[in-house]
Order: sequence, then structure tokens, then C-alpha cells
Amino acid sequence: MARSTPEIPNASMADIAFLLLTFFLVTTTIANDRGLSILLPPPPDPNAKQDEVKIQERNMFKIQVNSSDALLVEGEPMDDVSGLKDMIKAFVLNNGRDPNSSDNPEKAIVSYKTDRGTSHARFVQILDIIQAAYYDIYAERASVTNARFREAASDLSDPQNKEIYDRGREGIPMNISIAEPTKVGG
Amino acid sequence: MSKFKKKTQVKQDIPTSSMPDVVFMLLFFFMVTTELRQTSIEVKQNIPKATQLRKLQRKSLVTNLYIGEPIKKDQYGTEPKIQANDVFIEPKDIVLWVNREKDKLSEAERDQLTVSLKVDKEAKRGLIADVETELRKANSRKLLYTTLEDDKKN
Repeated sequence: MARSTPEIPNASMADIAFLLLTFFLVTTTIANDRGLSILLPPPPDPNAKQDEVKIQERNMFKIQVNSSDALLVEGEPMDDVSGLKDMIKAFVLNNGRDPNSSDNPEKAIVSYKTDRGTSHARFVQILDIIQAAYYDIYAERASVTNARFREAASDLSDPQNKEIYDRGREGIPMNISIAEPTKVGG
Repeated sequence: MSKFKKKTQVKQDIPTSSMPDVVFMLLFFFMVTTELRQTSIEVKQNIPKATQLRKLQRKSLVTNLYIGEPIKKDQYGTEPKIQANDVFIEPKDIVLWVNREKDKLSEAERDQLTVSLKVDKEAKRGLIADVETELRKANSRKLLYTTLEDDKKN
């Protein structure tokens, strides 16, 4: 006696799946939570005395960008930014060798000043180079790649990451000073 | 003639039995990566590129500010604006907005709030600096300039 086995028709399954797929394709936005991370300075205290903070000229690496996105590095105009990263690295790691460069990495400050008319694209480009210089230094000290170091810095709850992070950063704070923009251009 | 006939009798069907599996695989990929957006962004978002990206671990601690030229130019003009959630705000409203965002988090996590600034390439530094000043006042100091990955090596 031939008994027909019960079957669910599955010919339309692909169609249903395609419909769902199309829905998710249309509504999807792949989340982007990555970018350049900075920590803002604490709010200005109105009660605090306005002490003129004296920082020796040699410990400041000045980067300025004007309202037409032109770059001035240590008082000299610069068109090609490819050498800037190595300049910053040399400045931070000078350790007093060159009398015109920083005393030690702890005192070294990269001062970054823009104008109110500077575009965000230019601001990010230069900030990226400054951070690249620091991350390169850190990564080299921790003997990992730059990408690995940044990954470790993002998740310090892992003890192995914490170790890499501490090894890289010890004694070299990321002193990037982003100054209040000037109001020359509009 | 018979030679040709033979050829036409060869079966040339593409097997379709695995198609649902392939489609389901794609479907699951999009279901997992998708994020349904609650707010529609009303400003231009042409995000700059950078290489030294850091990833944020806890998404619940991140809140977004969108800055750029309004898409509806005839209604809002061409000056870059700040969008928080669904509305345009002025820099002076940021302290209030940050406090509201902090209220959404639990007590212990309030000081860990990270503000992600999604800024259009062409926006000017002046407006962003105003936002930063207000964020400092609101004591929300963790900041992320959202950028895209730049593939070229520098």
C-alpha cells in the first residue's frame, strides 16, 4: 500500500526569503562608531587665577592652519604633509639632544591651532597625522603594530591589552593641545 | 541531424535546491549587521577619512551629534547646523541636551558618556569649537570625531 509522505511545499521558500532580504537590504545602515578619539580639557574654572602658564619654546611643536586650510608648522609654511609625522616623532623623542627641540617626551606638547574658517576635513587630516605619530611611537615601544595598539587601547578590560597599552604609553603622554580657534577668517 | 538532436537532449538546469540556503545566509548577514535608525538625518553627511581610528566598545554610552549643511536648503538655509536626535539645536542648548542624554544612563555610567561628532567635511571649525566649548561646560569630555577608514597607507 503506497502511502504518500506529507510534505510542506518549499518552492516558495526562496521567494519569502528574498522578500525579507530585500527589506533588510533597504533598511540597513551599517553602524559606524569609529573615529578619532580625543579627551577635552576640563571646563575653565572662573575662580581660578589666570596664571600665565610658561612653557618653554623648545617644548612646543606649533601647528597652525588658517581659514584657507594652509598649514604653518613651527612658523614655516608647509604644502606637503607627508613629512609631518616624522617631524612630530623626532620632536617628541628628542630627549634634549637637539637644543631647539623638546627636553623629554613628558614635556613635549604638540600645539594645534586652527581658525574658525578651517574646514573639518583639513582639521581631521592634521589631527590624524598628529595621532599617527603618537600611536607609531607607542606601538613601537610595545613592539606591536600600530593597528594592534589602537585595538588594545580601545578595550582596556582585557589584561593583555592593558599591558600593551601601559608598555606603549609609559612616560609619553599624548600631549595634543587643541587651541581655541582664531577668528581671522569667517 | 541526429548529431544535433543529441546535443539538445543534454540537461542544462541550474540546481536551485540550494538557493533558499544561499538567500537565508545573506538574509542573516543583513539581519545581524542592520541597525534600524530611529532618527532621520537632516544634514549633509560627507564624513572625512582618517587612518588612526579607534573603535568604541560600549555603544550604549555613545550619543551622536550631526553637524553639516541642512539638506532642505530652502527651509533651513545653507549655514551648517547641529542636529541632536530629531531636532536642530543651537550651541547654547548643548548643556541641556547632554544632561538629558546623561539621564538616560545609569548613575555609575554618566561620566562615561562619549559624544560622537558626525561632521560634514565642509563644516567650519568655528561651529565645532563652539560645540566643544559647550561640551566642556557640560562636563562631557569624551569626544569622538567620527571618520571613515582611509585605505591608503600613510
